[in-house]
Amino acid sequence: MSTTTRTPSRPPASRPAPAAPRDYHFPRFEQRRLANGLRVVVAPVAKLPLITAVALVEAGATQEPEGKEGVAALTAQMLLEGAAGLDGAALADRFERIGASVEAYADWDVAAVTLSAMSTRLPEALALVRDLLRMPTFPEREVTRLRDERLAELLQQLAEPRGLADEQFSRAVYESHSRYALPSDGATNTVGGLTLDDVRAFYEARYQPSAMTLVFAGDVTMEQVVKLVEPLFGDWTGAPVQDQRVAPDVAQPGRLLRVVAKSDAPQSEVRVGHIGLPRRTPDYFAVLVMNAVLGGLFSSRINLNLREAHGYTYGAFSAFEWRRAAGPFVVNTAVKSDVTGDAVREILTEIERIRSDKISEDELTLATSYLDGVFPIRYETTGAIAGALASLIIHRLPEDYYDRYREHVRAVTAADVLAAAQTHLHPDRLRVLVVGDPATVVEPLSQVTGMTADVVDAADAEAGA
Amino acid sequence: MEIPIETYTLDNGLRVVLSEDHTAPLVAVNLWYHVGSANERPGRTGFAHLFEHMLFQGSESVGANEHFELVQRAGGTLNGSTWLDRTNYFETVPSNQLELALWLEANRMGYLLPAMTQQKLDTQRDVVQNERRWSMDNQPYGSWWEKLPALCFPMDHPFHHSLIGSMADLDAASLEDIAHFFTTYYTPDNAVLSIAGDFDAAAARAMVERHFGPIPRGGAKPPLPEMDVPTTFGEPLREVVPDDVMLPRLFLAFRSPVFGSAPYYAASVAGAILGLRKGSRLHRALVREQQVAAEAQAFTYDLTKGSDLLVVDVTARPETSTETLERTVNAELDRMLRDGVTQAEVDRAVALIETDLVVALQSAGDRADRLSMYTTYFGDPHLVNVQADRYRAVTAEQVNVFVRERLVPENRASLLYVPRDSEFAPAQGDLAMAETP
Repeated sequence: MSTTTRTPSRPPASRPAPAAPRDYHFPRFEQRRLANGLRVVVAPVAKLPLITAVALVEAGATQEPEGKEGVAALTAQMLLEGAAGLDGAALADRFERIGASVEAYADWDVAAVTLSAMSTRLPEALALVRDLLRMPTFPEREVTRLRDERLAELLQQLAEPRGLADEQFSRAVYESHSRYALPSDGATNTVGGLTLDDVRAFYEARYQPSAMTLVFAGDVTMEQVVKLVEPLFGDWTGAPVQDQRVAPDVAQPGRLLRVVAKSDAPQSEVRVGHIGLPRRTPDYFAVLVMNAVLGGLFSSRINLNLREAHGYTYGAFSAFEWRRAAGPFVVNTAVKSDVTGDAVREILTEIERIRSDKISEDELTLATSYLDGVFPIRYETTGAIAGALASLIIHRLPEDYYDRYREHVRAVTAADVLAAAQTHLHPDRLRVLVVGDPATVVEPLSQVTGMTADVVDAADAEAGA
Repeated sequence: MEIPIETYTLDNGLRVVLSEDHTAPLVAVNLWYHVGSANERPGRTGFAHLFEHMLFQGSESVGANEHFELVQRAGGTLNGSTWLDRTNYFETVPSNQLELALWLEANRMGYLLPAMTQQKLDTQRDVVQNERRWSMDNQPYGSWWEKLPALCFPMDHPFHHSLIGSMADLDAASLEDIAHFFTTYYTPDNAVLSIAGDFDAAAARAMVERHFGPIPRGGAKPPLPEMDVPTTFGEPLREVVPDDVMLPRLFLAFRSPVFGSAPYYAASVAGAILGLRKGSRLHRALVREQQVAAEAQAFTYDLTKGSDLLVVDVTARPETSTETLERTVNAELDRMLRDGVTQAEVDRAVALIETDLVVALQSAGDRADRLSMYTTYFGDPHLVNVQADRYRAVTAEQVNVFVRERLVPENRASLLYVPRDSEFAPAQGDLAMAETP
């Protein structure tokens, strides 16, 4: 094979300096409340003739009665299965023939109905959203079908190492009675028992206008929205909702090494971490920057170590999962089976290192200038803007939160990062969960962590080990 | 709705597309190289993608981990991807950092080889082999990525072989291969550069000339082997794959008109009628009414040479046998073949596709990527502005012509995943059931 060299006519120009930055404001938005308590938030963004609308309801997984885990997700999905005289198929058709997309789901904190449509179609689409929020029919056949589809998904997850590792990690972090120990959409033993009555009862208790917010982002104004929303939702009366279930975030004490057996797996799915922090933690920005240095970015320590220095993995990242109560802190990677012990050792070393030594100025500015600079890029779409506003509502953040985000990021110091790491990373509470081949991984993992491995079978573990 | 487009070509053959939008202070830079796994030589499957990884390992003026770091430090996002017939590289940065992004892309287009080392290649080989394990080998149904094209294209066809590559071929890749591939394919006349977002056109043109202008044009590219294939498989194809899965899943592919051709739009609409969202035929019939499937969807590969593939993808419910899965999916296809589609179904599909087209144009990165795509494939970035019209012009009769020609049994290739220990799984060693023409 002969290769001709392709020599440019001159050497490359030197690295260019940035020009002066242009100002950016997170889209302006307005809030109003109807007489019945329903809140309306509108961010007019006229770039394209599109709208994203999100109805947020205080009906998330953490508001479920005990023993009914999964009913929040099932109830949200059932909204689309029939309303105001239309069955599920007819309802889907009404949305789709005007090119609108609608989804309904529940996460940990709230349930949400998300609508995406051309702005000219908003009146028709919003009337349909009114129907399904206020007049769902909950056909029993569809309750059974959606429940069975969720059970099928859980069954399939037993053979899906990534999802299995995520689920098993939650069980390894939280006490079994704690809501966060189970998937937000429910586990096999809880979903299997859900009935139409459970769905109805949850709907009656939680879907109330006083506990609901409608968020709009896109080619529309507050005046236009109020004109549409008043006649559709203004006459909806209801009772105030009860407080959510307490303490979904009770963590198990101490360290743990657990291997979920998948014989002959070519790769190990690795999760290392412990209980994290509630979203409204006072030093949120220090934690955000600390995690960006540790494992939040491609150029973070953990990925550069595991991927670029060692070639153990396709990628390795860390994250705090932000919920109203304390979601997990987790380092997440998949590594070739025979380096599982080495990879976990490197993860433990990185967690120790960021707790013991102050990060360099270079690392600090990489993290802060990334988070600062990328901010406008995050909000290019109506979906992303509506999502940001939803997060503001869910976590009850100050109205000027997005206006001040970048100055908060820039104010974080290396000392703040060290303090955040020392306060919020806990080597003495690390839970190491690996889905992999026990014959290959157990011994090196025991050696690296100094713990005896609890080896479990996936099916037993899902049943509540 | 139309996005503004300016296009020109540098002396070295680099085609440049500019699209201004000053809504937010950000700009997307996107490069398509007209090379993909189809261009790999025998014994080097996976090389185009491994090479893509090497383009993030620095160049003459950029250190080993610097490419990602410089973009992230500038507040940008970035990545690259490899497909059967193209490779793309892209970043979105604050608009005052446009020149940094252009400089980085030009530096690796013009001055890559001085930075290539054996150690970097060895590490990225490990990374890519782990990517293979992560996306395919340790993932239920993951092997469909390589089994479906292998089933649908003849052995010597450029789309037949694995995009991610075999472990052995990845092991065999050398620095010499890197130099050869770079010199042959990573040339300005084999690339399209698109810039979308907040920039000044005159300033951007000057930057592009400054950084890309000195890079010399490439030589002749080796011709691709014959791409054309018959419009149907000629007979039903079927492969059964026992896998570590709990639920049977059927991928059923049809040869269909190539992306961008007039009949492509009718094929795409037929696919949406079959499997786009909950109002589609497969969802209604198999998930909602008969309750034999947990999920059902359809999609196209969007290939521009030889043949496109329209794929129906249906996952069974636990109590559904593989026999029932195959029978019910084929029954829906037979029904469409027999009765055709209605105008109302076409209208639903087109309305959804139209909204999706507008949604996709919201981000500068997506706009730039589409501009590069239409320029690379068809030499015309303005095609991005006529897609909605093309879809709106599709009639039920055009869809039915496609259906009658292509949904026939002799144009169905079934890739059926079954739980490894189920009674439906053939014994080990009996997997050579695939017959490719």
